[in-house]
Amino acid sequence: MAPETKHLEVTLDTHVESVNLAEEMCVRVAEAAGFNEDECYRIGMSVREGVINAFHYGNQEKPEKKIHLAIELTEERMIIHVLDEGKGFRLTDVPDPLAQENLLSTSGRGIFLMKAFMDEFDVHPGKTGGAELVMAKRLPALGSPHSNGNGSASNSGAPHQEA
Amino acid sequence: MPSLFATTRENSGITLVDLSGRISLGDGSALLRKTVRDLLEEGRTKIILNLGDVNYIDSSGIGELVSGFTAVRNRGGELKLLNLTKKVHDLLQITKLFTVFDVFNEESTAVRSFD
Repeated sequence: MAPETKHLEVTLDTHVESVNLAEEMCVRVAEAAGFNEDECYRIGMSVREGVINAFHYGNQEKPEKKIHLAIELTEERMIIHVLDEGKGFRLTDVPDPLAQENLLSTSGRGIFLMKAFMDEFDVHPGKTGGAELVMAKRLPALGSPHSNGNGSASNSGAPHQEA
Repeated sequence: MPSLFATTRENSGITLVDLSGRISLGDGSALLRKTVRDLLEEGRTKIILNLGDVNYIDSSGIGELVSGFTAVRNRGGELKLLNLTKKVHDLLQITKLFTVFDVFNEESTAVRSFD
């Protein structure tokens, strides 16, 4: 029997409130999936940063553009997609916020936080022409103190991190 | 309901801003920016931000802390941080901003550090 994947998609307005809405929605899904409080915080923060990125950099705060949020829950992972309607960008073009010359920058830490807080993170060209951020977190192992009983143990080794 | 509250007080000539709530994109970041700007306009350049009741900061909030730090320093003053919660502490650590900010756990020590 094919493993069940749950899928949720929502289209958000390019508005500050969409940032909070996306965060709350994903945290609820993460809680239901059995993630503990710290992991829910990290997932919520990552989604928040992804939607801020779409709102500010991708859609340049233009209200006629949309932000497309999708959540997939497989047997092993929670996968989140954030797609904007901007011009797209390459991960390699994002400055390193930890470089000495960038430490006092007032922006540019969102991508870094998503990479730090999620097990997987990447950026793809989106079907809208914008950027599609894809981030994933392995579900809590079956039998762990915070397991909901629906996840399966992951033995996939070290988390995948993009450069 | 506002996401952030700020109350300003004095201790031995140092301005303390007690913050509570979230410093995040939107009104939280905006209130922090306005609070620091207003203090600078009043000529108050020795500032401690008490973050003891701040339970959440996003990248926008981090940017606003850095912006405040730079603005105060450009006026010849100093902006320091007091009472970080674990989440805020961890965020400043992974973003290497612990190397930028002076951070204190005791108000009296933070106040004396301006001497």
